[in-house]
Amino acid sequence: MTQFKLNGRDVSVESEDDTPLLWVVRDELGLIGSKFGCGAAQCGACTMYLDGQPIRSCVTAVSDVSGKEITTIEGLSGKVADAVRDAWVKLDVVQCGYCQSGQIMAAAALLSDNPKPTDDDIDGAMTGNICRCNTYQRIRAAIHVASDTLKA
Amino acid sequence: MHGRMDLSQFKTQAVAEAPALSEALALDRRNFVRLALGTGAGLVIGGWAPAGAARAEAVAKAATADGVFTPYVTITPDNVVTVIVKHQDKGQGIATGLSTLVAEELDADWAQVKPEFAPANVELYKNFFFGVQGTGGSTAIANSYEQYRKAGAAARAMIVEAAAKRWGVDAATVMVAKGVVTSGAHTATLGELAKEAAAVPVPAEPKLKAPENFVYIGKSFPRVDSVAKTSGARIYTQDVQLPGMLVATLARSPRFGGTVKSVDDKAARAVKGVVDVVTLPKGVAVLATSTYAAIRARDLLQITWDDSNAETRGTDAIIAEYKALADKPGLVARKGDDVAGALAKSDKVIEAEYVFPFLAHAPMEPMNCVLQFKDGQATLWTGSQLQTVDQAVTGAIFGIKPENVIINTLWAGGSFGRRGVYDSDYIAETAQIVKTSGRSEPIKLVWTREDDIKGGYYRPLYVHKVRVGLDKDGAILGWHHRIVGQSIATGTPFESAIVKDGIDGTSVEGVADTPYEIPNMHVELHNTKVGAPPLWWRSVGHTHTAYVMETMIDEIAALAKKDPVEFRLSLLAKHPRHRAVLQLAADKAGWGTPPAEGVFRGVAVHESFKSFVAEVAELRMVDSKPKVERVVAAVDCGIAVNPDNIRAQVEGGVGYGLGAILHSKVTLKDGVVDQGNFDGYEVLRFNEMPKVEVHLVASDAAPTGIGEPGVPPIGPAVANAIAAGTGHRVRILPFADGLKLG
Ligand code: FES
Ligand code: FES
Repeated sequence: MTQFKLNGRDVSVESEDDTPLLWVVRDELGLIGSKFGCGAAQCGACTMYLDGQPIRSCVTAVSDVSGKEITTIEGLSGKVADAVRDAWVKLDVVQCGYCQSGQIMAAAALLSDNPKPTDDDIDGAMTGNICRCNTYQRIRAAIHVASDTLKA
Repeated sequence: MHGRMDLSQFKTQAVAEAPALSEALALDRRNFVRLALGTGAGLVIGGWAPAGAARAEAVAKAATADGVFTPYVTITPDNVVTVIVKHQDKGQGIATGLSTLVAEELDADWAQVKPEFAPANVELYKNFFFGVQGTGGSTAIANSYEQYRKAGAAARAMIVEAAAKRWGVDAATVMVAKGVVTSGAHTATLGELAKEAAAVPVPAEPKLKAPENFVYIGKSFPRVDSVAKTSGARIYTQDVQLPGMLVATLARSPRFGGTVKSVDDKAARAVKGVVDVVTLPKGVAVLATSTYAAIRARDLLQITWDDSNAETRGTDAIIAEYKALADKPGLVARKGDDVAGALAKSDKVIEAEYVFPFLAHAPMEPMNCVLQFKDGQATLWTGSQLQTVDQAVTGAIFGIKPENVIINTLWAGGSFGRRGVYDSDYIAETAQIVKTSGRSEPIKLVWTREDDIKGGYYRPLYVHKVRVGLDKDGAILGWHHRIVGQSIATGTPFESAIVKDGIDGTSVEGVADTPYEIPNMHVELHNTKVGAPPLWWRSVGHTHTAYVMETMIDEIAALAKKDPVEFRLSLLAKHPRHRAVLQLAADKAGWGTPPAEGVFRGVAVHESFKSFVAEVAELRMVDSKPKVERVVAAVDCGIAVNPDNIRAQVEGGVGYGLGAILHSKVTLKDGVVDQGNFDGYEVLRFNEMPKVEVHLVASDAAPTGIGEPGVPPIGPAVANAIAAGTGHRVRILPFADGLKLG
């Protein structure tokens, strides 16, 4: 049994220790916003936060998050999250949308650390997140828009 | 090599068991616009909605709520306008597009319009270009532009009549704007009038707006799916959870066409959560109560494969065979008057051989499907892209009528052609697992990324061999072109529509019908057989043909010391739409002024799916590799229903095509795929995305495709920029293999 906090709530699961957190959250706990894209830390679709830091939940064993705080796209909230989502909607960033939970988690983490990222900072933070619809240009623009909102 | 290829070695049992699938699907040449060759007879919609009994029945079926206007539009008392979307939305934005068309003619407010995917019903929801219900070939807007506007206009007329009746006024005094209906002091919402309006007869020929009165079309209409796709709430097939549902994974042969000889499933069955293991001809499925149990247990299966009918060649051997074929005469796709004579009298003959790899589509959401079979009825939940085919295939497996296959079409996490698959492979697998297991619970088949990369249905590997004869001034005297590769459509329900006299239109499109004025142009094709099943991949044949044509033309221009834009224009005298996009892209890119120090430019122009796109790429060579910094695109896709979505599709198409030419390839060793995930099958990453500017040519021509046409020009534009900078012409793709400098 593993216990941890998921989006602020205490949860406990019976999954075997080596089960990836992604599948525990999706299949056992029913939060499906974090996506399965590769299962191998290659694409970022499964990005969650562990104590506030982005992780690849598809390669994180559930036992490793025992007693820790996990945040998923469903629990992502606050000023930065709002700015990011608003910018995404304003610029119509999404296409198929399947990667976008991960993109938004990565972008919000970047802006929380660095409210005024340069293009190079954005490249550094986002290059692990694949978008097969190639919405990268709009993601970049939306991060700048969100950054401006946060400064204002 | 003559005649049709036989794809039966990798046919799923489903298709083999469904005799005359193409007859069942009623696909025929007359119904099918020859998109591939651009020789379609144009769009004749005739009745915008099926008449008489079929419509009445559909409306009756759908009429669980008040306010069903037609099979395409429902307005409910809660003031929601539901647009029934007959196409699949895999990110290309058609749900927004069709919502725009209905909202425009209905004069609804954009915020009250909600899309809903149509049920599978070929009578009501067929793609007029295919004759079946399905999405592909960048046809959706072209196909629905009139139909969905008429649906909106009909609903508006019904609302107006109901208002006039309720208020006792002349219908001519009733106005509708932004979802509010008024006449003098009277006012009502669409929802308030919905029930009465639904009782008004549907007009047969509703009057459409004049374009100058458009409020949404050609302007902006925000995407209908942005909010759900940023909150994590959007449900894709992967996210479907039904009571009692089991999750399945399928171990497939590592070699295409291999079958199961024997299996030891003891270790797999011992995994906690595993409920069953079932053996199909093409593989062994694990059924479990959770996804991870199904994935983990599959790794523990000990399977012996029968490879007697399997593909065992490596890509090196396949390429060598193709190159040998390229030296032999093939089927004639376009007859040149006297190409041999023209080449013989040329002052110079350029000879070029190109090799294009297999490509996986690798949509972000790997394939998956949920299926339940109960009481003689199969119900599917999946990102279905060819609903009528999916119904026929599933029906054949269960031995039920296609109409007893209910499809809940879900939002798809990308496709790029993969879900529009002629044999419904991933759906057929699910059906076979359900049938073989004999279970009545819903079962979700999940493909992993490795399954996706290794699973076939690739953009086929192609070799082109081109010989061009030039006179002493560099003018073209003759052009001999051979293409070698698998036919995508042969042996599929689409064969009769796409293949003629052994020539698959998708193998030669973009070459045989080139707009360039080229004397003595002769094109031949060799159809080959490979175990890896081929499939259309975003822009289909144009993925390779545009590359060859546009890099050859560029090379010929360079030899003649002509400007690449001017040279193209001189060969496109009769093609004003090509000329217009080419000139616009060149202007916007500042073609006439030299680029910054260290920056090289290349250009390409190509027509696909009846749309015209030119792209200018600017790059620097960094560590002997291209870093594409900027792409300027000009597009003519007829009337621009949603300009911002057109820009988005071209931005995405540039990125999709660029990733492929830079990095992507699927290779085989002794028939086994070498790549498995995004570490081996590399795609474009964030830091490689150039700045893309998209400019639209104003047009009042009927709208044409945009999901695909942004892809073809990017490869050659980049290759031509590399040639401008380094003198090196890349003819082996991806560049990771074909561009070795220093
Ligand atoms: S699913 Fe975890 S990184 Fe791709
Ligand atoms: S929006 Fe489709 S993968 Fe990113």
